[in-house]
Amino acid sequence: MTYETSFLHSLYYLMLRIRKAEESLVEPILRGEIKTPCHLYSGQEAIATGIGAALDPTDYIFGNHRSHGHYLAKGGSLNEMIAEIYGMESGCSRGRGGSMHLISPEHGVLGIVPIVSGTISLAMGSALASSIRKDGRVSVSFFGDGATGEGVLYESLNFASLKKLPIIFACENNLYSTHLPISEIRTNAEIHKIAEPFGIKSYRVDGNDVLEVYEKAEEAVHYCRSGQGPVFMEFLTYRFRGHVGPDDNIQGSHTDIRPVNEIRQWLERDPIKLFEEKLKSTEALDEAIIEKMNREAEEEVKAAHAFCKASVKPREEDLYRYVFK
Amino acid sequence: MSSNNRTINFGLAINEALRQMMQTDAEVILIGQGVKSPWYVGNTCNGLVSDFGEERVIDTPVSENAMTGAAVGAAIAGMKAVVVHPRVDFVLYALDPIINQAANWHYMNGGKSSVPVVFWLIVNRGGEQAAQHSQALHSLFAHIPGLKVVAPSTPHDAKGLMIAAIRDQNPVVFIDDRWLYGLKEEVPAEIYEVPIGKGILRKSGSDVTLVSWSAMAREAQMAADELEKEGIGVDLIDLRSVKPYDEALILESVRKTGRLVVADGAWKTGGFAAEIIATVCEKGFDKLKAPAVRVCLPDCPAPASSSLEKVYYLTACDVVKAIKHIL
Repeated sequence: MTYETSFLHSLYYLMLRIRKAEESLVEPILRGEIKTPCHLYSGQEAIATGIGAALDPTDYIFGNHRSHGHYLAKGGSLNEMIAEIYGMESGCSRGRGGSMHLISPEHGVLGIVPIVSGTISLAMGSALASSIRKDGRVSVSFFGDGATGEGVLYESLNFASLKKLPIIFACENNLYSTHLPISEIRTNAEIHKIAEPFGIKSYRVDGNDVLEVYEKAEEAVHYCRSGQGPVFMEFLTYRFRGHVGPDDNIQGSHTDIRPVNEIRQWLERDPIKLFEEKLKSTEALDEAIIEKMNREAEEEVKAAHAFCKASVKPREEDLYRYVFK
Repeated sequence: MSSNNRTINFGLAINEALRQMMQTDAEVILIGQGVKSPWYVGNTCNGLVSDFGEERVIDTPVSENAMTGAAVGAAIAGMKAVVVHPRVDFVLYALDPIINQAANWHYMNGGKSSVPVVFWLIVNRGGEQAAQHSQALHSLFAHIPGLKVVAPSTPHDAKGLMIAAIRDQNPVVFIDDRWLYGLKEEVPAEIYEVPIGKGILRKSGSDVTLVSWSAMAREAQMAADELEKEGIGVDLIDLRSVKPYDEALILESVRKTGRLVVADGAWKTGGFAAEIIATVCEKGFDKLKAPAVRVCLPDCPAPASSSLEKVYYLTACDVVKAIKHIL
């Protein structure tokens, strides 16, 4: 498939923007300026970016604890995300949610929560609303391999299939459920097969190849939008950081989880580097553009931190505000 | 049909509320186990599938967690969803979408999104159904910030509170009791709301304040009628809403009577009766002439055998005894 260069650049830029936003949090976390638990998305950018590009602005997404990338890819404001992570009133959730509760209803980011599997049924509900209203919207629930241990996933697969709901179950398999490798939580590592008994179309996708993600997501979105029912997508990927915060969970360190060789191998499959090489080989990208886009992304992130620094925290007298509408 | 001299029962009052809300707003949907059949929900859903179709009246597989989550998700997308659990006990599979998600949603998203959903839970006590078809769990939900909890005792209030709950922009837990479904009274045919958070004085008296709600309100009424014959005046409050509850009505009554009995058809320890008494102690202690008393279920799971049910469930006699004890 051939694409407009501007489209390819937009995918590349979005991945860069997500990566730089995530990595900009590392120092402030280590300095104790950011306290909200940040589950960094570095290494998985191709998935949010590819799916985001396949969706319409009016489509819905729901996320999980590791959702900074989903929020940005669907159009959420970078300024408001950084401000939310710092607990500011100008944050997307007005400082009441923190890193794990980003929202942007005007961009279809309907909700993000850290309860594992917590938004799978919610996305099914927004898909149900779309199927009743016949509004043509598609809902996506992003979850990880750890969520495959939760019963509500299977209840939702059954019901979504039964009612042919327009929902994409997007499972980002980064091979670790918090601290446990996938071999310790499942007998069968082929997660994409769990949807088959429910009669659901399913894919296994290289989650570090943004164009493959985009192409398969396009197919899935078309399938859902045309009323054929739900789609299950497993994306194989790897998070560069540990489960939460900047710690890499390397074997031998105090968190002692991941073999250093495994991390090294996956760093070689960095989705941004892979895409960069691909684009350079087709001359869609050269060093000057790479440098320019890197600089722009850095400036945008820096501006978001500046926006945040100029913001204020919620007032103490507003503690009870928003308990009820 | 005239709105006067028309009596319908509790189940049909709920049915009418659902029908009228679905007629006036295409965004109202009903989802849950048994909505196609009287097996689970009595006459409350009569005719709704034929009137509104299976797209909006959705009978479901036995998947309480996902179905409740679906109702919450549809509400987040702007629909007004009612999800029914025909036995309150079944809802325990679905506490994540209710408590973690719906209750916290508006707050943790800084007011950017709300969840206009009704969790309709039916208590089905008695009849030797034992411990898992009968639990009254309003105190559990009332504990959670962000949830409203209503528990009507009359057909009039059942209709008005269901309408208010559907129209509310927040998640509302609507708890009713199958014991009440046969009750008949005059119910206006038009659409009306019973305001959430407002109790009602059912009977006026100066000797003791008696507070109750849901099925216990019927026992409390019988107790008050019985005591009246003996010359004891009961100020009888049917709370109707457990959260928020009508604190002002209770305090005003206690100011008059100086005595308080709370009759709650749920367990004693950590229950809502204790919450009410604690509030009266904080705000009206100087008005109390006698210890405030709880009439609650024993801290024991519901038994099956009728010989044990007889001592487990509360009646008007228990309420009368408690009142006489503090007079």
